[in-house]
Amino acid sequence: MKPFTTLDALVAPLDRANVDTDSIIPKQFLKSIHRTGFGRYLFDSWRYADGGGEAEQDCAGRPLREDFVLNQPRYRGAGILLARENFGCGSSREHAVWALQDFGFRCVIAPSFADIFHANCGKNGVLAVRLDGAIVDRLFREVAGREGYRLQVDLETLTLTTPDGRVIAFDIEDGLRQRLLHGLDDIGVTLGHADDIRAYERRRAMETPWLFPDREQVISRK
Amino acid sequence: MPPDNEADDMAKTLYDKLWDAHVVRDNGDGTHHIYIDKHLCHEVTTPQAFEGLRLAGRKLWRRAANLAVPDHNVPTVHRERINDPISRLQLDTLEANVRAWDVPYIDLFDERQGIVHIIGPEQGASLPGMTIVCGDSHTTTNGALGAWAFGIGTSDVEHVLATQTLPLRKSGNMRVIVDGRLGPGMTAKDIVLHVIGRIGTAGGTGHVIEFAGSAITDLSMEGRMTVCNMAIEAGARAGLIAVDDKTIDYVRGRPFAPTGPLWDKAVAAWRDLHSDTVARFDREVRIDAGDIEPNVTWGTSPEMVVSVDGRVPDPDKEPDAVRREGMRNALRYMDLKPGTPMTAIRIDKVFIGSCTNARIEDLRAAAGVIKGRKRAANVIQALIVPGSGLVKRQAEKEGLDRIFVDAGFEWREAGCSMCLGMNEDHLNPGERCASTSNRNFEGRQGAGGRTHLVSPPMAAAAAIAGHFVDVRNF
Repeated sequence: MKPFTTLDALVAPLDRANVDTDSIIPKQFLKSIHRTGFGRYLFDSWRYADGGGEAEQDCAGRPLREDFVLNQPRYRGAGILLARENFGCGSSREHAVWALQDFGFRCVIAPSFADIFHANCGKNGVLAVRLDGAIVDRLFREVAGREGYRLQVDLETLTLTTPDGRVIAFDIEDGLRQRLLHGLDDIGVTLGHADDIRAYERRRAMETPWLFPDREQVISRK
Repeated sequence: MPPDNEADDMAKTLYDKLWDAHVVRDNGDGTHHIYIDKHLCHEVTTPQAFEGLRLAGRKLWRRAANLAVPDHNVPTVHRERINDPISRLQLDTLEANVRAWDVPYIDLFDERQGIVHIIGPEQGASLPGMTIVCGDSHTTTNGALGAWAFGIGTSDVEHVLATQTLPLRKSGNMRVIVDGRLGPGMTAKDIVLHVIGRIGTAGGTGHVIEFAGSAITDLSMEGRMTVCNMAIEAGARAGLIAVDDKTIDYVRGRPFAPTGPLWDKAVAAWRDLHSDTVARFDREVRIDAGDIEPNVTWGTSPEMVVSVDGRVPDPDKEPDAVRREGMRNALRYMDLKPGTPMTAIRIDKVFIGSCTNARIEDLRAAAGVIKGRKRAANVIQALIVPGSGLVKRQAEKEGLDRIFVDAGFEWREAGCSMCLGMNEDHLNPGERCASTSNRNFEGRQGAGGRTHLVSPPMAAAAAIAGHFVDVRNF
């Protein structure tokens, strides 16, 4: 996983509450067996005017919905998505995070996130920042009012800095912060505790043997 | 602290008990490694996970803790012919992965095949007291067995394949108590839609919801699965229902369930899978079952729901600006006007199926409404998609398939089908559907399609009438 330390990026505002992962990446694109290439289908039915693309479709010639925020030239190249309550609700599809990331977003700011989406962000080096609703409201107003609005994100100091130098503090769980800062491979870390997992399995196989029929067979064969 | 409060502090919720039993280690940073007893796999969210294992040269931690089945992409007619080469590649990839890693697998042509959350309980692969995960948010369904079951992303799928654990932070304890007696014709689906309408789609975020109360315990196991299935639609990490005699009777004799002395030992342990009477919950919501009516969603989020007697609400009366805009967007997408009676909404298609409502009880309830009647002329397609091959066989044994076919419904093979339209069953732009599935999000059942979530009897009645009707007077 690519580490996340600091980010200085253009902010794009998506002013809708309860944005679900079906909207972030519609199901027809989930047929891919790869982790990459989803960015072109991000918010597919909101971005394109053709009523929805097909899996593996080339998007170069597709008509755009000009009123959709990510199609507006002033937000081209945005790296931070400013969103509303309960962002990423619904389906567990990690493809939603892969699509945001592939499109260029490395940070999403919202008053709240759905749990699975939030967890999926952390696994992919995408920083999900929860901020108070009033602060998010103000950011929406500022982004709308100033073309080229950027935020500096610093995960070391847990701060966002606005173009006029205002510093906004945020908080994330420390374990997640460390994983993001160092781009840690979760599985590698867990396998470092393999002895603990084996010890747990030995104990549970005694206490709840019906959960370990495979172990039962191994034991009876000896 | 007074002694009676000390006693309270020792008391545990069902979720506390499940959590405590599965802690492998405390990481000291607020996370714990939690052991995963069962990992269910389907074709959509696993290919990248197996690929990750392969690229890192890692092994599968515990082969027998997994069970795989294809469901999302599968055709519900002509199984032998998958026209879409991209779907076929995904299904072939699942098969290649389970063969390469020797993962227990139920293939497309096996009668036990079906929607992963339906076959888990049906096969006894999901058991009370387990931790159960799957790369699918509706894994919460399995919580009806008194198991802690939740959906995960593909990175976590890979983590479970490689380590049989997940590093987790404990969720809050929430309880939804539904007391009293449901009115005639009301179903588990009406209960859960009512709950979501009340607490909202983020009402359970950060929490595990235990459903309790007499209206919940009165439900069959199938009905309890419907309720827990949609806990995710209330934002909850999982849904839970305490174990009782119904749970144990349901599990007894299932193919993967324990037998003999192990069964007795398991049952003794399962009897403790309930919240202690004095356990504390971080949040509690009480609902009177008598207030629950046949529900129909009008918008693009499951919380946008009213009684079938109601009308499409007016955004202008919503004080909150963000919510008001959300309602306007929803009405625009759904092509509905404020004040329209729900019973005046005409439909084009009907879908009875999905992990929410494709168990035998759901099909019986639909057949009860349909028997001897005909699909309305304006309803161009009415699909009945059983949740598994075994549900299908049971329905056919009871003659339900004849009732459906005689009424002009299509009787299909098991799969996720039009709940999310990854196979060939989907809505076309502008089509309006009465659906027993779980999500009415924009484009969920097909780009531009319009979904109204209802119970199986309500969907059946709408198919006959051509518009929504109150199943109580039908």
